[in-house]
Amino acid sequence: MRLHSRVRLLLVLLSLAAALGLPLLTYAPNRLLTGQGIALLDLLHSGSGLRWLALLPALPLLLAPWWRPGMLRERLVYLAALWLGAALWWLAGSEATLRAGDEDALARVSFGGGFWLLQLLLLLQLAEALQVLAGGLPRRVLLLLLAQLPLLWLLLTGRLDSLSLLREYHNNQDTFDAALLRHVQLVLFSVLPALLLGGALGVWAYRSARFARLLFPVLNVLQTIPSIALFGLLIGPLAWLGRQLPGLGIAGVGLAPALLALSLYALLPVVRGTLAGLQQVPPAVREAARGMGMTPWQIMLRVETPLALPVFLSGLRITSVQAVGLAAVAALIGAGGFGAIMFQGLSASALDQVLLGVLPVLLLALLVDVLFRLLISRLKGADDHA
Amino acid sequence: MRPAPRSSALWLSSGLLLALLYLLPHSAGLFAWLFPEVERPLYTQDSFASLVLAHLLLVLASSLIAVLGGVTAGLLVSRPAGREFRPLLDSVLAISQALPPVAVLAIAAPLIGFGEWPALIALVLYGLLPVTQGTLAGLASVPDSVLDVARGLGMGRWRILWQVELPLAAPVLLAGVRTSVVINIGTAAIASTVGARTLGLPIIVGLSGFNTAYVLQGALLVALLAIVADQCFDWLARRLSPHVGAEH
Repeated sequence: MRLHSRVRLLLVLLSLAAALGLPLLTYAPNRLLTGQGIALLDLLHSGSGLRWLALLPALPLLLAPWWRPGMLRERLVYLAALWLGAALWWLAGSEATLRAGDEDALARVSFGGGFWLLQLLLLLQLAEALQVLAGGLPRRVLLLLLAQLPLLWLLLTGRLDSLSLLREYHNNQDTFDAALLRHVQLVLFSVLPALLLGGALGVWAYRSARFARLLFPVLNVLQTIPSIALFGLLIGPLAWLGRQLPGLGIAGVGLAPALLALSLYALLPVVRGTLAGLQQVPPAVREAARGMGMTPWQIMLRVETPLALPVFLSGLRITSVQAVGLAAVAALIGAGGFGAIMFQGLSASALDQVLLGVLPVLLLALLVDVLFRLLISRLKGADDHA
Repeated sequence: MRPAPRSSALWLSSGLLLALLYLLPHSAGLFAWLFPEVERPLYTQDSFASLVLAHLLLVLASSLIAVLGGVTAGLLVSRPAGREFRPLLDSVLAISQALPPVAVLAIAAPLIGFGEWPALIALVLYGLLPVTQGTLAGLASVPDSVLDVARGLGMGRWRILWQVELPLAAPVLLAGVRTSVVINIGTAAIASTVGARTLGLPIIVGLSGFNTAYVLQGALLVALLAIVADQCFDWLARRLSPHVGAEH
């Protein structure tokens, strides 16, 4: 047999190392104690034959490096990786039901390092297969989402409910929902003002090179100051302002300083995107529009804006993804959001509570990233067809 | 005529940092006046200088590992032998780009234990990303014609790498290292929440104890440290390519 894909071989070797060398799950007598590792092989010894069956699709993945390249190989890899990812979740859920299934059981079954590493490697297998199977971003995203359907089914039918992460969720459901709302608020109400102000500043910087030379050093310094320091620096002045102007709801900690700091961070990428977008509009196009008798306003609205939009949106994508992450840090100054759950879990050293705060942040960041990428690719695609 | 590289911002910010380090221990009176409601106006549990040193050490160690790893990864996938790994690396970069640094820190801490180690690992992981991207972009910016000329001159592969590709890629690569180091200075401050001894300590202690004076002292030092580091890279970038204007 000839080795066809060294990439696949690397992924397979890493997967084997993760599956055999790292604990897949951990078991702890209660939520605060560090768990003992449970290896994948232990799971297979203890459970029914169904568990072996669930892992059967590992075989084509193991053989894939030596398979001849082609659509057939990639389709099989896609299906196998999809199946295996779901099988791992199912294994974790069923083991949790066995060991900590009682409603009031204190014992906790959570994920080990091997679980996350294997899921990541399977995701990379999916991504490799999709490079061949699906051209274009929308189809790739669709196929990746389809691959998550089994997990959704497992979640909805309650087969994962005994896992420690889900137990944390059910115990903190109200906090979780409030955190979700607050996190989305933090991102929206910091990105929107930055969008308006940053857009205006970007247009101004494009019109006046002198203004740009003044503006960018200031924005660069703002972006350089670490988030935790900016939050800290704003507490004093805002608390003072709150004392001078009572009744406006201004305070040193809480929502107001968080929104202010987050908006300041969001400014630089937006301004940079606006300026870069306007600068790449070809002068000939502008010239032609003027020749057709368009007024400066018409040129701005009907020529420059559509042409600058993709680059502008790339700036906005960076801003928004960054804001999702920074909003988590804002919990340190009492702004709430998923960061609050995360830092609470850290101080109690309860890993699953930390995960309950971190995972939604990751998902939210990925979601925002993908949505913007889709939008940008749509705009660019529309250009190519025109 | 080429304007001389301006480094006034670097001198100004590092001068401010040194002055602050010297003056802060003597400024209890000032902070008592600014924050009359606070019982202990000056953070004295650790000396500020030792915190700056510890902070810098953590950032330097993690950045060194991240630069070595990131440049190696970028070089490997841009050689013919490693080219087939490029899409894989791109997928990894695309996924990790969406990961907030604080998330990496929060996941590493409970898995590895509290203290300097999770901080170091999170900083290395997060620092790798901009360096790898910078290396890839830098190598891609080297024109093919230049490589052809170098090959025509009979240069070997290693000589081309050392004397042509890396020097030409250096400015873009350096921009990646700059992003990585500046982000890591901030992440190292947040690492105080998982027990690392850095400049974040006064901030965290102050926030949990409602002592705004502590918060301000830590925040000022962290902010200045990041600005000084950024200006150092700015100066370095100007030295490397004096004809290119400041990056927007």
